[in-house]
Amino acid sequence: MSSDELETVKIALVSCGSEYAGVQPEFEAAAKQVNAKFIYPEVDVDLIDNIGKEFGLEVASGDLKLMMARARAVVEGLSHVDGVFITTCFRCAEAAIVRNEVRRYIHRHSNIPVISYSFTERTSAGTLLTRLEALTTVARRRHLLAREAQTGLTAGIDSGSTTTKAVVMKDNKIIGSGWVPTTKVLESAEDAYSQALKEAKVTRKEVQALGTTGYGRFLVGKHFKAQLVQEEITVNSKGAVYLADTQKGPATVIDIGGMDNKAISVEDGIPGMFTMGGICAGASGRFFEMISKRLGVDITELGTLAVKGMQENVTMNSYCIVFGIQSLVNSLAKGASPEDVAAAACYSVIEQLFEQQLQEVDVKEPLILVGGSSLIEGVPKALGDLLKIDVIVPRESHLIGAVGAALLASGYVEE
Amino acid sequence: MLKVFIYPVNSLILADLVERFGHKPLVVMNQVREKVTNISLDSPPVNITPEDPKIGLRFAAVEVPAGVRGRMSLIGPLIEEAEAAIIVENPPVNFGCVGCNRTNELMKYLVRSKEIPILEVKYPESNFEAREFVYNISVFLENLSKASGEKKLDPQSGNAEEFKGEAAEEKKGKVKLEKKNDSLREEIP
Repeated sequence: MSSDELETVKIALVSCGSEYAGVQPEFEAAAKQVNAKFIYPEVDVDLIDNIGKEFGLEVASGDLKLMMARARAVVEGLSHVDGVFITTCFRCAEAAIVRNEVRRYIHRHSNIPVISYSFTERTSAGTLLTRLEALTTVARRRHLLAREAQTGLTAGIDSGSTTTKAVVMKDNKIIGSGWVPTTKVLESAEDAYSQALKEAKVTRKEVQALGTTGYGRFLVGKHFKAQLVQEEITVNSKGAVYLADTQKGPATVIDIGGMDNKAISVEDGIPGMFTMGGICAGASGRFFEMISKRLGVDITELGTLAVKGMQENVTMNSYCIVFGIQSLVNSLAKGASPEDVAAAACYSVIEQLFEQQLQEVDVKEPLILVGGSSLIEGVPKALGDLLKIDVIVPRESHLIGAVGAALLASGYVEE
Repeated sequence: MLKVFIYPVNSLILADLVERFGHKPLVVMNQVREKVTNISLDSPPVNITPEDPKIGLRFAAVEVPAGVRGRMSLIGPLIEEAEAAIIVENPPVNFGCVGCNRTNELMKYLVRSKEIPILEVKYPESNFEAREFVYNISVFLENLSKASGEKKLDPQSGNAEEFKGEAAEEKKGKVKLEKKNDSLREEIP
């Protein structure tokens, strides 16, 4: 669906002065693509001097006080908006504190969807697009997200950065699936979709509705004339609670993808707060691929290896994939066992996820781990050990995006 | 006439006072106006592009947030031009504010590091303090006028400093004055 066909969504831009960082044109470009309009909630200037005490967080920067005042205007309904985008400078401690607290404050006092992001002057519209698309979807299409069962004969294709997945569903059941490495986006999508159709024993013409998601969603969606082209935050959280059978109430979805990770706080199957990381591949599925290659094992064997090892025996810093591999090489040179290295790699990715993303969402049980990396046994174990809670890995957790897309696409069967 | 940097750098009241005494206030509004009116890439509300935080690297390292460096790309050149400065401490937002306290800290530091006459005054909280506030600024600006009229300042007594010193004594320490080195004092036009 093009942005022209969508109703305009009003998003309150609550920032520490992004216009001074040179990123405003990128913000505007991303908003335009999803037919959203930024608005700046008006506040009384006297309030800015007193908001610190009222809010309970006293800071020195005027624009951070303005952020709190604007958040209050949104919560009190003085400014009518459909969503809130909270953004501050990357590397500013004072701003990071305010950004987190303002996001929690809005989430606690309203049902307005919120996203937050820390920018540098290199932040691009492309980086923001998925986030804003998710925000506008939650604001604009709640009826679609309320769907709890798949109906008719539908399909979903998840064109991810590392693998492409496809499923065919009929009457709330997966009847065919395909999973191939992503090489050329369209060819990989064709292969995965063909595999799924073959297994389901149906033809493309019989499929009543198709949904696409993932990095290649626009290209693949256009190629297959998909009814639904949707970013992965909405689709994956829907797919996760559907497969884990936790569609009612709160849940937290963690998706460790090939290139980035998502942590999504879900309520009744609808994403609330979410973060999307990806500063470095050291905390993603790509790191597991490199570790497997270096250990000389197939990635499917890495998890079995990891559960036999002790992560404490190896120091691994995977904040950066280069340093992570350096740690790996050093450990092996010192005689570390492949089991310990595999366990340390799993723990390292989870530790990054914990430090960088789980601080920005309210982790509520059940905790659902999805994405290809969830199949590496050491990963859910490391996550459970770190958070001291049970981690659910639903069946077909690697197909989560494709399942979510097929489920949501069934909304178009009835339409 | 001296170029006087003011803090807050967008304070209309301070800018007006400086102008009344025949000096040129260095205010960020002019920089912003230039950004808005220059034909450039469209970047509402001001034409600050990703290049500006890079210009700001002249004043702050790359690990300093982009918003600070973007602001410094506007304010830094003003500090470089400054021949005198007035810093008002603890002003309310409506007196003037650039929004980011890291930028405030950096710009005040850079001003204080310059060898120029500086007046530091506390924002008034009563009618009496307000009168005193305006009076101190007036004396400082008058003395700058006198100093700038001199062909050459006495490196020993430093006329400009003497004027400021008297003002400070008279007002019982409300004004903090910076004794600057003699060599630069000589260069004041």
